[in-house]
Parts: sequence; C-alpha cells; structure tokens
Amino acid sequence: MDFSNESRVLHRCSAQIGNLLLLSLWHLVHSIISICNFTLDIANVLESYLISSGLLGRYKSLHIAKLRYLAIVIESEEAYQTSKIIELLQWLEAVGVKHVCLYDKEGILKKSKDFILENLDGAIWFQDAHENNVLLDQQHMTLEFVSFSDGKEAVAKAANVLFMKYSKSGVTDQNQKEKIFTESQMSEALKTVGSGGPEPDLLLVYGPARCHLGFPAWRIKYTEIVHMGPLKSMNYGSLIKAIYKFTMVRQNYGK
Amino acid sequence: MERIRERVIQIYGNLVSLLQKCIFCILSVGPIPNHIAFIMDGNRRFTKKCKLMEGAGHKIGFSALMSMLKYCYEFGVRYVTVYAFSIENFKRSPEEVQSLMDLMLEKIEEILKEQSIVNRYGVRVIFSGNLKLLSEPVRLAAERAMLATAKNSKAVLSICVAYTSTNEIMHAVQESCEEKWDEITLLNSSGAGYGLISLGGYEQDEMDHLIKLTDIEKHMYMAAAPDPDIIIRTSGETRLSNFLLWQSANCYLYSPSVLWPEIGFRQFLWAILNFQQIHFYLDKQRKQS
Repeated sequence: MDFSNESRVLHRCSAQIGNLLLLSLWHLVHSIISICNFTLDIANVLESYLISSGLLGRYKSLHIAKLRYLAIVIESEEAYQTSKIIELLQWLEAVGVKHVCLYDKEGILKKSKDFILENLDGAIWFQDAHENNVLLDQQHMTLEFVSFSDGKEAVAKAANVLFMKYSKSGVTDQNQKEKIFTESQMSEALKTVGSGGPEPDLLLVYGPARCHLGFPAWRIKYTEIVHMGPLKSMNYGSLIKAIYKFTMVRQNYGK
Repeated sequence: MERIRERVIQIYGNLVSLLQKCIFCILSVGPIPNHIAFIMDGNRRFTKKCKLMEGAGHKIGFSALMSMLKYCYEFGVRYVTVYAFSIENFKRSPEEVQSLMDLMLEKIEEILKEQSIVNRYGVRVIFSGNLKLLSEPVRLAAERAMLATAKNSKAVLSICVAYTSTNEIMHAVQESCEEKWDEITLLNSSGAGYGLISLGGYEQDEMDHLIKLTDIEKHMYMAAAPDPDIIIRTSGETRLSNFLLWQSANCYLYSPSVLWPEIGFRQFLWAILNFQQIHFYLDKQRKQS
C-alpha cells in the first residue's frame, strides 16, 4: 500500500519533470528559429540597401508594364500610420506603378482616404477615374480603398442581386438558370453592389505574417502574394526586389 | 551480405522514425494546426528535371502525398485538404488529362485497401468539387470511396477534384438561391407568404438580405471542414491559383521552393514551426472576424 502510493508520487514527479523538459526543449527550438529568422532579416536589409543604392545591376530596369494592378494589404493596427503609407505610395509612383489598391481588414484606410489623396500629388480615387471598367492610361495614379466588407459580405449582396434576377426569370427553365449563375454574371453583380474592382497581379502583405487577411476572394485567383514584413520596417530595396521577382514569374493558368 | 544491408536499412528507418516521433513530441507543446491544405505543384517540372518518363512525376508525387499525410495524422492534424485537379487543368492535352484521371482511379482503389493510410488513421475521405465534370468511372469510384470511409471519424481528407474557388462560390450561391426560392414557394403555397416575391411584398431593405452569408457558407463544397491554418504550395510559386480563396482569410501561406515530389519532413517541420511562431497573431485575427 505504501509502495503503490510512493510509486504514484514518483510517477507524477517524473511526468512533471518530463513535461518541463519538453517545454524547455520547445522554447529552445523556437529561440533557434527566431535567431535564424533574425539573421535572414538582417541579410534582407543589407540586400535592400544594395538594391536602393543601385549597386545590383539587374534591379535597375524593371518591366513595370507587366504590373497592371498592384494591391497592398496592411495590418489594421499599422494602417493608422498614414505618413508611412503615403511614403510607400510615393515610392510606387516613382517606380511607375499606376494603379494601386489599398486593403486593410477594418476599413481604417477607407477612413483616411481623403487625407491620403490630398497629400499624394497627382493621385485620384479609383471610383472617380473608373469608366466602363476600362483602366484609362492616366497621368495620375489611381487608388482604390478596400476592406473586409468588400469580400464575403459583398458576395452575399451580389447573391441577392442574382436571386432577384432568378426569381424574375422563368425559374423552372434550366437554360435561364445556366445563364444567370455564371462567374461573369457574379462579377457584374459584384460591380453593381460596389465591390467590383479589377484583379491585382501582385499583392504585397505588410504585416507579421504571409496571410491575405480577407482580401476579396473573387479577385485573387492568380495573384502573386508576397510578404514584405511589418510596415514600420518597410524599405525601398525590398519593394523593388518584390516587383522584380514578380516580373520574372511565368504562369500556366492551369494548363 | 544482403541480409546485413537490409538490417542496417531497417535500423536506420527505425531511428529516423523515432527521431520524428521525438520531434513531434516536442512540437506538440505548442499549438497544433487543425487543418493543413496542400497545393501539389511541380510534378511535371520534376519529371523534366529528373528526365523521367511522362507521368512518373505524378506517381512519385502520390508517394510524397502519402508521406505528408502520415506526418500530418501522426502529429495530430485532423483535417487535410489537397488540390488534386483544378477545373482549369481540363484545358491540358486530352492525353494528359486522361492519364491523370487513370492515375486518380488507380489511387482511389489503392487507398481503400485494408492496410492503407486511410484505415490505419481512421480517415474519412471527401471529394470536394464539381464532380459532375468528371468522367463516369472516376465519379463512381469517388462516390464509392466517400461511402466506404463515411464511418471513419478520427481525421478527414478532402481531395479537391474538378475544383476552383470561384466555381465553389458560384455553386454555393446557386444552391442558396434555389433553396430560398423553394422556401418562399412553400410559404406561398401554405398561404403564409402572401405571394411575397411576385407582389413585391418585401421591403427593398429586406430584399437585399434574403440570402445571408451563412446560407452561402453552408453550401460550399468545403463546408465540412474548418478554415485551413496553413496552405503549403510547393515549387516556390506564390499564388493560390483559385484554391480555398474564401477560406484562407486568416491562413498562413507557406511556399517552399522544392517541387512536390521532393517534399519531405524538413518542409513539414518548417511549416509547423513558422505556424507556431505566428499562431497568436492569426488566432487574434480569426477572433476579430
């Protein structure tokens, strides 16, 4: 009886020691990973300085025409830093990017829209420039402001538009059904509810993780998604590198 | 001599297995992803790179898939989704499409066998996508596999065939509309609806909200699984190619540069470690949605 008690206590102690050991090993592994990531970050920063100073030849000329529409996802907490965002947009203007979509989950950027447009010379709002879904070759840069509500909720609103069409048409007619529920009809419906922007070619994520944070699903079918790190450590060199890498990509589109 | 060599290989295999188990033990102190998705890209490039016969890359890719599934289920990941065949892939040459369909048929039969991974880990197999686009034998085999594994409840494997996200969203919207129409027709016929739709009995505001987001989400092909925690796309490509666009709002996207047939424990480990590093942030994002 005494022995079984003691063995139980021993068992519990050894289990606790085992757990502590595992916990410390886990923390050790993650510290090593953090150090690895930190060294990689330093290497990236050095490379960006080299790129910014123009020492690396291949980044000097970008085929910027390949980048027709650029989207930028910003972590909502960092979206308050409008001066940083304006600086980023000025770099993009300098590089020659004409059409930019700014996204943040909570719509903070939408609220700062007027401030950004005022402080960025020669930029106009996408809705004002937009005519019949043809992106006119502008002298000015167009800016679109998107948030989480332009994603799933917009699809729900578009579904209601299609439902109205469905209920008005001959519901039992299979042909009619096939004409209404198509991807192009959905795109039209999304435009009707105000969430029908073009599909970006490249999406830059400024945040702690490579995650698109709810950017409208309908628009990112074949969009290249690149993680740029937090907005506070943004730099010109890594922006150029990301755009350069994009221009080098070749897509099969499934074929 | 031969026996000694076999013994050495066996001991080496056991050691590797033991090491993997130890690593999983340590990693399970931290958050374990509930759902991992794979975009199996790079099979054809692998075939070219290793100068193999056509189709060999896909066969080796299948073994790579089996190893990845083993790692996932051993580690405790409950849901695994794989992008096996996109609707866009139908645009490939008819010979290539046919050989992929034949491979799929062959492999579906294989995974239903007794000692396969599906039975070992109690995996329920679901085929997500527009199955009507598949040829009859493949569709029937898929339905048979879903039926045969329906009772398994330890883990879930979603195989996306004839799938694209936009098609999934479109299908869900269509189903929601048809369901809503049937609901209203039923109300009308029972006298409770007062001819709501046709007589404009709804307020404009109500009309805009007849179909709700929850209606659409319950009709998605992937409704049986929670949103993915990690999406791994091999070959270093950074796009999602119309895969799980709706479900990946708070998902960590990982793009190792290896080709799919070359993927191994190292990439799996790296994905889990990075996921654990940012889990707190992604979890916070998910709760805010």
